[in-house]
Amino acid sequence: MKNICFYFQIHQPLRLKKYRFFQIGQDHYYYDDFQTEEKIRMVAEQSYLPANRTIADMIRSSNGKFKCAFSISGVALEQLEQYAPEVIDSFRELASTGCIEFLAEPYAHSLSSVFDADEFELQVKMHADKIESLFGKRPTALRNAELIYSDEVGEKIVDMGFKTVLIEEAKHVMGWKSPNFVYSHAYLNKLKLLVRNSKLSEDIFMRFSNPSWADYPLTAEKFIGWISSAPSEEKVFNIWMGYESLGMVQRHETGIFEFLKAIPYHAMEHQIGFALPSDISKKNEPTGSLLVPFPISWWGHEKDLSPWNGNDLQHEALEKLYGVGVRVRMCNDKPLLHDWLMLQTSDHFRYMSHKEAYGSQYESPYDAFVNYMNVLADFMDRVNAQFPSGIDNEELNELLKTITHQEKELATLEEEVKKLKVRKAKVSGK
Amino acid sequence: MFGWEFPPHILGGLGTASYGLTKGMAEQKDLELTFVIPKPHGDEDQSFLKIMGACHIPVVWRENSWEHVNYRIGKFMHPDEYFWLRNGIKYDYTRIYTDELGCINFSGKYPDNLIEEISNYEAVASVLAHQMQFDIIHSHDWLTYPAGVFAKHISGKPLVIHVHATDFDRSRGKVNPTVYSIEKRGMDVADHIITVSDLTRRTVIEKYHQDPRKVTTVHNAVEPLPDADSFSKTERKDKVVTFLGRITMQKGPEYFVEAAHRVLQKTDGVRFVMAGSGDMMHAMIELVAKRGIADRFHFTGFLKGRQVHEMLAESDVYIMPSVSEPFGISPLEAMQVGTPSIISKQSGCAEILTHAIKTDYWDIDAMADAIYGIVKYPAMYNSLHNLGREEVNNIKWYNAGLKVRSIYDSVLKY
Repeated sequence: MKNICFYFQIHQPLRLKKYRFFQIGQDHYYYDDFQTEEKIRMVAEQSYLPANRTIADMIRSSNGKFKCAFSISGVALEQLEQYAPEVIDSFRELASTGCIEFLAEPYAHSLSSVFDADEFELQVKMHADKIESLFGKRPTALRNAELIYSDEVGEKIVDMGFKTVLIEEAKHVMGWKSPNFVYSHAYLNKLKLLVRNSKLSEDIFMRFSNPSWADYPLTAEKFIGWISSAPSEEKVFNIWMGYESLGMVQRHETGIFEFLKAIPYHAMEHQIGFALPSDISKKNEPTGSLLVPFPISWWGHEKDLSPWNGNDLQHEALEKLYGVGVRVRMCNDKPLLHDWLMLQTSDHFRYMSHKEAYGSQYESPYDAFVNYMNVLADFMDRVNAQFPSGIDNEELNELLKTITHQEKELATLEEEVKKLKVRKAKVSGK
Repeated sequence: MFGWEFPPHILGGLGTASYGLTKGMAEQKDLELTFVIPKPHGDEDQSFLKIMGACHIPVVWRENSWEHVNYRIGKFMHPDEYFWLRNGIKYDYTRIYTDELGCINFSGKYPDNLIEEISNYEAVASVLAHQMQFDIIHSHDWLTYPAGVFAKHISGKPLVIHVHATDFDRSRGKVNPTVYSIEKRGMDVADHIITVSDLTRRTVIEKYHQDPRKVTTVHNAVEPLPDADSFSKTERKDKVVTFLGRITMQKGPEYFVEAAHRVLQKTDGVRFVMAGSGDMMHAMIELVAKRGIADRFHFTGFLKGRQVHEMLAESDVYIMPSVSEPFGISPLEAMQVGTPSIISKQSGCAEILTHAIKTDYWDIDAMADAIYGIVKYPAMYNSLHNLGREEVNNIKWYNAGLKVRSIYDSVLKY
């Protein structure tokens, strides 16, 4: 039986405010709350809420046969909690049907998997905790930010205990291979790879309402027809996209929600089911392994890291940011740690791209860079203010260990003193 | 073509643009150009076009011997041509003061009796229009519009006028009515109007009430700098931020001073240079003193020729905060030697540059922030340095020439 695996990505960056260099050292609040709120309210109302209603409808009308997965970045979850809590409630309702899976991802939607392995592990854990506390179930499959994946990243993911990871159908990796099978990591068989079917995904989120497209108008019948006419060995059809594609990119008026609603009916007619990423990887054995020596992602033409790390500006910003990673993790100043996460969001770097700055609030990549670097300069001053910058990281770590150790030791000693005092009192009392 | 300036003796951007455009157009081999200027010096580059001096064209019939004509103007023009052109005198211009050859003595600059000089130029145009063979008339800037208009009326050939600036740019809105009327008449009569930017195109349509279909933008380009690598940047402790141009109201020098003040409040290790001269220079020196930044703010006076490129190459940032700039070629020159540029959004060149920082001319904060960014973050400098140079090397006069050609073809109804 063929299965369709729907997965939707939800992420919105915390937008930075205009931060001039003379604010460095004076102003430690970096965010444009007005803009952030406006954006998240807009997507919530035009996309997330109506799309959630549609999906609830689909689950109900298909008697729970329809299933789909979500990945919501930690950054987006925080914004939703603050500005659009009804979206969280509506996800909770969806989760209670049991037809929904939440995937794990680095909390800050960051590029840490490539630049800072320790940070990556920390963030994935942090995100899993957050998902568990909100929706009651710990994620078992992982999708990295921007679907970034390489053999090396895969290794880390295995180390963290995940068995399933979602990746992009990058032509230079797949070659002639079809995305409609389950694959495995280049040398670690435990890790199963699900590959996005770019063509079918893009048919929905890019071409659905394009009248100059040869297959316009796209109907559910036609769409399912394509899947059912695929060779019978092809079992998995991974249709993944940003959630805002439903309602924002493809507006409500285009009939996108009606199209979705009709999908379960036609699928069942053709004996096509729906499955969640974890179930797919449990039930299917990998047909082969995929060798991915260099990181791939789901953006742009090249499907590599160039949208975030393709020019000098981006190199510099990333290098400076992740240069202080070790030191930041030694701090326990809460606002500082929160800023650290928010500054890692991948979008900040994409806005510095000369070719992929889609959705940027900046006038140019240079504008984005200067603004980010000013913020980062202030942030790094704060990090350096925590500990004297003269001491190198290892030495500092040792010192910190000694300090915490000393505290423990003092505590045990004090305990002992107390006991002795009590004993002494008893003895003298007698 | 009627022009006013031609290198090497130039006073402003008009000469540079005239040279670049004609040189780019001359690459089209089926195009023959004659360029008329009021007063040639004899050292102009005539390898790709013919230069004619209005001061050597007779407007009043005078009898002279071949030898005398040869002695007087042989350096510029063949005496036979003088005698041939003399046959084109159809009107009585004896009211104009002429020399013994019947020629008018032009200054070729921007003298106080500019309006008179413009109308004398018209007289010369009438002689040329009667005597010469040509297909199209092309007038550069308002000084030559009357000449073009007159030539069109005489010959019946189409007139294309090239708007390098309007009086709205030069005067920050306080337009001189005489100049406006000359500009307006030129535009009304022209068969097609070429503007150097969309910004200027809008001015022409909105302020001079021209039909948008008749106005086309052809952005300027920049002559390649063959010795770009010969300009080096000396390693120095302080970064240099440079303003280069006439120190006048149009160029917005006061915004540069204020931005410098902002930057210096936060950081040292930056020096600011204001190169050039102009009527606001003293006011700027006073402003610098008042802000208390005179120890880090320097004036060089007027720079010429190679000095300009040397100054640009020595700078870490070039800034042009013009209040209104029809095109503005100097940021392109700065980028040719690899200097990152900050330009105002009110400049025409902002329309074609990607790898330059654009701010509003009044937005001192944004300007200061951009200066700080380039000076403090090496990636910013390197990016603008490399990509900027690459970009500007691909802006070619040849392409501008092709656009002008297609306009010619359309007015000639080919």
